[in-house]
Amino acid sequence: MRGNAKPPWLIEMVAVWGYVQRNFFLTKRYFMWEIVWLTFTTVNAMSITFIGAGAAAQKGGGAIDVSYYMTFLLIGALIWSYLSMIFDILSETVQWERWEGTIEYTFMSPTSRVTHLLGMGVYAIVYGILRTAIVFGVAILAFDLDLSNANYGAALVVLAVCSISLVGFGVVAAVMPLLSPEKGQQVTYIVSALLLLVSGVYYPVDVLPEWMQPLATVSPVTYGLEGSRAALQQGTGVVDLWGSIWPLLIMGVVFVPLGIFIFHLGESYAKRTGKLKRSG
Amino acid sequence: MKALELRGVEKSFKKRRGEVVRALDSVTLSVGKGEVVGILGPNGSGKSTLVRVISTLVLPDSGEVEVFGLDAMRHPKQVQRSMNRVSVEASFFKKLSAMENLLYGAKLYGVTSAEARPRIKEILDNIGFASKRATEPMEHLSRGMQQKIALARALLTSPILMLLDEPTTGLDPRSKKDVQAFIRRIRDAHDSSILLCTHDMGEAEELCDRVGIMMDGKILALDESEELKRRFATDGRVPTMEETFMAATGYSLEEASAEEE
Repeated sequence: MRGNAKPPWLIEMVAVWGYVQRNFFLTKRYFMWEIVWLTFTTVNAMSITFIGAGAAAQKGGGAIDVSYYMTFLLIGALIWSYLSMIFDILSETVQWERWEGTIEYTFMSPTSRVTHLLGMGVYAIVYGILRTAIVFGVAILAFDLDLSNANYGAALVVLAVCSISLVGFGVVAAVMPLLSPEKGQQVTYIVSALLLLVSGVYYPVDVLPEWMQPLATVSPVTYGLEGSRAALQQGTGVVDLWGSIWPLLIMGVVFVPLGIFIFHLGESYAKRTGKLKRSG
Repeated sequence: MKALELRGVEKSFKKRRGEVVRALDSVTLSVGKGEVVGILGPNGSGKSTLVRVISTLVLPDSGEVEVFGLDAMRHPKQVQRSMNRVSVEASFFKKLSAMENLLYGAKLYGVTSAEARPRIKEILDNIGFASKRATEPMEHLSRGMQQKIALARALLTSPILMLLDEPTTGLDPRSKKDVQAFIRRIRDAHDSSILLCTHDMGEAEELCDRVGIMMDGKILALDESEELKRRFATDGRVPTMEETFMAATGYSLEEASAEEE
């Protein structure tokens, strides 16, 4: 309202809540789609986990520790579902607004782009945790998993740090639809697919061809998975997970500001070329 | 100090085949405090680009845009805080209700739900919008109702400059009259300056203190509507606004629209 006497930081916080609440309203309104995606994710995670049992049933598969391998696959499926969700929500920041026709209204509002992306990031993390927890709950009931040594606290620490670097990664990807309204979003799907390929989601990174392995070292998902698996399958504590945590911290420190900077450049480009518009 | 001042604003866009379209050509205009200025022009004349430049969604190639003395390129956040916009298409989340969209819009300007709710009720009551319909998804509302909600959303942040980009285009006659009445009320009751882009001659003449004629990205004339018409009088007869438009541009509005497309 005119003469809004709130301090600037409070105005930005109100806007962060505005983005979170808006996304919650949208999730509520697209509830049937949520059910569809939740079912898809759950069935997908279960199918992948059954590959462990299938592998053991193959010729020469007797040496496989089935329970351990199934747990390995399930953790991969769950963590990937969570991290890719964060990446997808962030990377669709622009495209979603363009599809709804609200992009101009949102981008001419006075709150900063950091606030916008922070609101999207907070929602992505909370939404991702809730959805993954439901899938995990179903999986616990469906499978005889080897989680006897699990250190859940340490796994959560790794995932929390990984989430932040993934937000930065997602923000970098979100700029694509600003550069190319027609094809930008498709590029983010390619980035997402590459992350899945190189990050050791369903197999150890060292089974990849040598030329591909360096790519895994720049993917936050690699470290998030390594750390989570060590915590959940071997019960490794936070201190011993430092090898997974420090690269994630560095990536978070680099990717988040870099993502915001690149987004800012992309927004300026879109404003110069007239690409910040409804139709894509 | 003017509410809005543009000096020599230019904007060109490159199209795919290397063709350059000059959307704004040395546009100079001002809107005084509390004044309503109308820009009359056919489709493709540059009206929407003009509004996008002022609302900081498009960066001009050259020229200056000042809103209450603040350079819009240097101080976009302060400028954005002082203005709001209603465009030809009501930009809403279609599945969300009017209330949810309004609360979201308010928060983008730092207005909390607790502050916004009584104001929303007051505005909706004023425009005769039944409160119970405020919980229906926007896609269930008619275009006229959506446009009223768009005006309510703009008013909610108490802008001192309002940019109305063809707010009545495509509305049925009844909705058009309702929206025009709402704009009239904003003009009379609120201390807002308004830039109204339209291709409705009657609307421009009736709602605006001054009217400009725009074609090919240029403002060809800008004056009080009676003065504007007198400027193109022939044989002592004051022409209608439509005849004035034809005299200024060489086209009727329909011909000009076809030409621009």
